[in-house]
Amino acid sequence: MSVLVYTESWNGSFKKASFEAVSYAAQLANKLDTEVIALTIASTDDAAILGNYGATKVLSVTDDSMATFNNHAYADAILTAAEANGVHTIVISNTNNGKSIAPILAAKRNAGLITNVIELPSSTSPFTVKRKTFSSKAFANYSTSSAQKVISITPNAIGAVEIAATATTESFDYTAKSSDNRLSSVSVDRATGKISLIEADFVVSAGRGLKGPENWGMIEELAGLLGAATACSKPVSDIGWRPHGEHVGQTGIAINPELYIAIGISGAIQHLAGVNASKNIVVINTDPEAPFFKAADYGIVGDAFEVVPKLIEAIKKHKANN
Amino acid sequence: MKILVCISHVPDTTSKINFTNNQTEFDGNGITYVINPYDEFGLTRAMKIKESSGATITVVNVGPASTEPTLRKALAIGADEAIRINDEPKDGGTVARLIADYAKEHNFDLIITGRESIDYNGGVVPGMLATYLDIPFVNACIGFELDGTNAKVIREIDGGKETLEGSLPMLIAGQKGLVEEKELRIPAMRGIMMARKKPLSVVTAGDVTTNTTVVNFEVPEVKAACTMIDAENVEQLVELLHSEAKVI
Repeated sequence: MSVLVYTESWNGSFKKASFEAVSYAAQLANKLDTEVIALTIASTDDAAILGNYGATKVLSVTDDSMATFNNHAYADAILTAAEANGVHTIVISNTNNGKSIAPILAAKRNAGLITNVIELPSSTSPFTVKRKTFSSKAFANYSTSSAQKVISITPNAIGAVEIAATATTESFDYTAKSSDNRLSSVSVDRATGKISLIEADFVVSAGRGLKGPENWGMIEELAGLLGAATACSKPVSDIGWRPHGEHVGQTGIAINPELYIAIGISGAIQHLAGVNASKNIVVINTDPEAPFFKAADYGIVGDAFEVVPKLIEAIKKHKANN
Repeated sequence: MKILVCISHVPDTTSKINFTNNQTEFDGNGITYVINPYDEFGLTRAMKIKESSGATITVVNVGPASTEPTLRKALAIGADEAIRINDEPKDGGTVARLIADYAKEHNFDLIITGRESIDYNGGVVPGMLATYLDIPFVNACIGFELDGTNAKVIREIDGGKETLEGSLPMLIAGQKGLVEEKELRIPAMRGIMMARKKPLSVVTAGDVTTNTTVVNFEVPEVKAACTMIDAENVEQLVELLHSEAKVI
């Protein structure tokens, strides 16, 4: 009875969230006194590196029919690998693709599915684990008594831990079934070179205080300097200043980066819900009464158009000296 | 064309979240309930399909009688009939199973859900429901166009989007983009009057197994007071992020 972790790739390379998922699975397997099998699909990275995060065996699916992500076919490959290896627990990242797969796995295995998980289980009998709920306004401890489990891990919640270990690697033959190809992918459009918001360590976000989309240059410059992803508040995406995919908050994307810098965002309860799990929050706002300051670690009351350029200069200076 | 829109009954987005009974139950005291915002985008998309090519829209919710005002609101927006599966929803898996049992008997061409509910955020129901019905599932849907029974579906991926094509039936789990925020329908007086005459049927819930249980809830720790930095002294922020927060 082992733990299987699906390691998602983008353009053939493992995502950061995949290393986190393997680390989580390894620590979980340790508690359960079992081993971790990782499954990769359409990855061109060296599968053996997953051993550095605790996988004991890596299975790789390389069939051409699996080259493009397809939630049904990928789920079926994961299930096939799980059945062939006596797996009781499947670990997956709560990314967009992970969210498209996890419920299929759970329905087909009649498994207990717990998503948005942020910690290792506090108990393994019954299996009890903490997850984010109420749009990060609360946490809930969930238990499942099912023998079969599917656990979906929030990216950035659990760090990837490198250990001195090696994994055996083997290929895993799997060809997509035609019944899983009822929808076909026509095109994939991704902003190249951009850091994925849910996986980003740093996020620089701005709101209506910026006054117009033409003023985002300094936000992008600051983000570029920090290696951060850019984000925005709901009003800004609603009026079309920024793409919907950047909207963080209760009805947008929930994030938990190391550092969240909010510029010209007042901090309505709906916005805080999506970002308050960030480990460090910096708020820059002209209004000293902005509610965001109550949720922040560091605050500056000031005009973004004066403070942000100074911050960019200060970071450049810091980088030059360190 | 028969469309099923799944409606979750959730606390309004401005709600303060509290728990009772030794932190084991959500405290609904003073809470205003609304249609789950993600589901509203789906309901409006269904209305647009109905207006352009004709369709009947059924809305469904698993819940006790107290959720009926939320279903009435969906009828007032324009759904044709409402189904309430009479049960206290225990987890996403049971909700998916109960809706699947109902949907199996009614041959819907298209099922639309929100990508998740804004209360439990499980994202469990859409994918499990599609699997129980053996129809394709597209998550985080931000675009949907229908030409006869052929659909072009756009879904959000991490940092981008993917376009898919296929024919009905299918299940799409939507969010903003399925329609724009400004296109969202709100019930007008005429709709509210008409909704009173539209059928709202109560269906008895079957016996389904529950695989997960909430042990208890926790609320986040209150943050220590914010360290305020003078706008004339931005270097201090960088210094604190370096030496105290240790992030840069």
